[in-house]
Amino acid sequence: MLVDVLIERGVFVRIGAGARAGVGADVRVLEGRGRWLLPGFIDLHAHLREPGEEYKEDIASGLRAAVAGGFVDVCAMPNTKPVNDTRAITEAILARSREVALARLHPIGAITRGLAGLELTEAADLRDAGAVGLSDDGRCVTSSSVMRRAFEYARTFELPVIQHCEDHALTEGAEMHEGAISTRLGLRGWPRAAEDIIVARDCILAEAAEAQYHVAHLSTLGAARIVAEAKSRGLRVSAEVTPHHLLLTDADVLGYRTACKVNPPLREQEDVDALRRALADGTIDAIATDHAPHARADKDCEFAAARPGMVGLEICFPLLLGLVKNGSLPLGRLLAALTDGPARVVGLPLPRLSEGARADAVLVDPNARFRIERATLHGKSSNTPFLGREVEGAIDATLIEGRVVYQREGAREAAREGSEAKEGTP
Amino acid sequence: MTETGVRRHLLGIEELEKAEIVAYLDEAERFLELSRKPERKDASLRGRTIINLFFESSTRTRSSFEIAGKRLSADVINLSVATSSTTKGETLLDTVKNLDAMHADAIVVRHPASGAAHFVADRTRAAVVNAGDGLHEHPTQALLDAFTIRRAKKKIEGLVVCIAGDVAHSRVARSNAHLLLKLGAHVRFCAPRTLLPAWSVKAFGVEVMDTLAEGVDGADVVMMLRIQNERLKSAMIPSTREYSRTFGLGRRILARAKPDAIVLHPGPMNRGVEIDDDVADGVQSSILDQVEAGVAVRMAVLHRLAKATPSPA
Repeated sequence: MLVDVLIERGVFVRIGAGARAGVGADVRVLEGRGRWLLPGFIDLHAHLREPGEEYKEDIASGLRAAVAGGFVDVCAMPNTKPVNDTRAITEAILARSREVALARLHPIGAITRGLAGLELTEAADLRDAGAVGLSDDGRCVTSSSVMRRAFEYARTFELPVIQHCEDHALTEGAEMHEGAISTRLGLRGWPRAAEDIIVARDCILAEAAEAQYHVAHLSTLGAARIVAEAKSRGLRVSAEVTPHHLLLTDADVLGYRTACKVNPPLREQEDVDALRRALADGTIDAIATDHAPHARADKDCEFAAARPGMVGLEICFPLLLGLVKNGSLPLGRLLAALTDGPARVVGLPLPRLSEGARADAVLVDPNARFRIERATLHGKSSNTPFLGREVEGAIDATLIEGRVVYQREGAREAAREGSEAKEGTP
Repeated sequence: MTETGVRRHLLGIEELEKAEIVAYLDEAERFLELSRKPERKDASLRGRTIINLFFESSTRTRSSFEIAGKRLSADVINLSVATSSTTKGETLLDTVKNLDAMHADAIVVRHPASGAAHFVADRTRAAVVNAGDGLHEHPTQALLDAFTIRRAKKKIEGLVVCIAGDVAHSRVARSNAHLLLKLGAHVRFCAPRTLLPAWSVKAFGVEVMDTLAEGVDGADVVMMLRIQNERLKSAMIPSTREYSRTFGLGRRILARAKPDAIVLHPGPMNRGVEIDDDVADGVQSSILDQVEAGVAVRMAVLHRLAKATPSPA
């Protein structure tokens, strides 16, 4: 379907074959022939490292990476230095993101002060300052008592509680998924049980508190089963999955590849298969990048010393479009998990390509083939095991409220010639 | 592998071919003889520099490598680097770059992190010998154990070897399992389930026994592993007393092995815990033969690797 889209003052004004009628010559034209125009993506889970670790990433570089990946809304995790556990820090982060004026940043406040798992943060204050949810991500709130109170308190102020599900007592010193491969490599294991136990406990606590619970970076087949059961009983439970947990397994760690060290760890093929099924059937609501930039020295070291995490904002969509093309994931589910799914978790407006809606959009060339390289990445760090991988499907341009905030090198030439025609969503 | 077909590093047993293992064992025979002579010197590594880079304390392994290097006439330098997570010193990468700049021919590395020897090997021109990396491998220990077994039993194929003790935290057990299976032995792991990697069967293809009596039954070789006190703190065993009673090797249990079975222990031993005095010092003990074999095997390894490295000049 080939349509014209007219944007004025940040809003879609006309969408359809006749949208060009009466448009003056001074209007900026973006050519989209052969491309898909999609609603802007939302990432529930990114580490932008500012304040505190600006040598890895900062708000400006992180949001540049976001728009290069088609993301128009990015939720920033609070494990900065200092931790985002007070109103002043939330406000400072938001103010900085508004100066940068790329993707919109939505801070996530900490559940507990300093992520220590002991005392609650001032959630009402955080919410009033602009926080869209609460999480101690990187750490799990392991105390059942503290988690119960966190659910009850967050319920009062209608904030979702996002848990990093890891029973730390079961993962002391853990370096990778516990299984035959960790045994051979002599790396300390992170058993599935450490995740499943927390997801199950939290579903029980959230039900009692009538709270909204969101599972961050779900990685095991057992956790997917528990979430499905909770949803079947109508609980307000949701879950996200990362591209790397959908694409890689613990076998990718062989050779002590520190780029594959991540928390939760890469699991086994049976988990990958279960996660793909859970994403396809709606058990998993959202795709989240868990974009976790690290400096070279944090990864160019022995495995035990390597920091966990990988960057992912720029390459999320191209990587997952591969799953659509090989028949593992319906396109509709991929798009929903990048738009409506995450929007519902943190209460953002549902992204729509419709007249009168905010003009956020991504222009995608579904057939552009390219190799992921350092130059593909727009943030400060390039820690990803996907370097060198061939993918199909590139983000050509990203628009936020009608502004072109990103345009791909090479895609510009195509834009100079031709009309403003764009191909609609399939 | 280099163009000549000789592997440049010895990082683990898992990646070795059977023929490479046998070649090391054969070569070690020659060095054992040399070591028993009054004049224990071979000139083959004269002018070569070997650095023993130890990030974990070690007496036996470090001195064994040092003696091996010196008997081959190499210049041997010992570097003991204290590491702790609280006092962060120089990165491993920087340490390696510095040693590389000093033209080391071989670096013998022991490090608490699994994979550290691989990391070093990827970043230096020197030949790298893994002297123990975390819980991963300790290849020269497995070679010296195999050497000791072969001298006692004249073969390895078909033997029943029981490896008993803290298998989960043992790089010695991992290297031995790989080596013995490659050479056709039957390997049993024997330990309380808390000290047994849950994926032993899938990861290594060994048999698993829940009692020492079953593990030792009919065995040709009984290899005892050291049990560490920290296993009590992490709730893996209730007491050394109960451990000793259930998995300690005494004469009564050893009697279930073949009459000519030998007993090995990589050391240091906890006498009265995993092994009784009368077994450790008994006629079936080959524990000091292992120590003697250690020097010969390490000479074979250094001889082969340091010679394979192109001279820095």
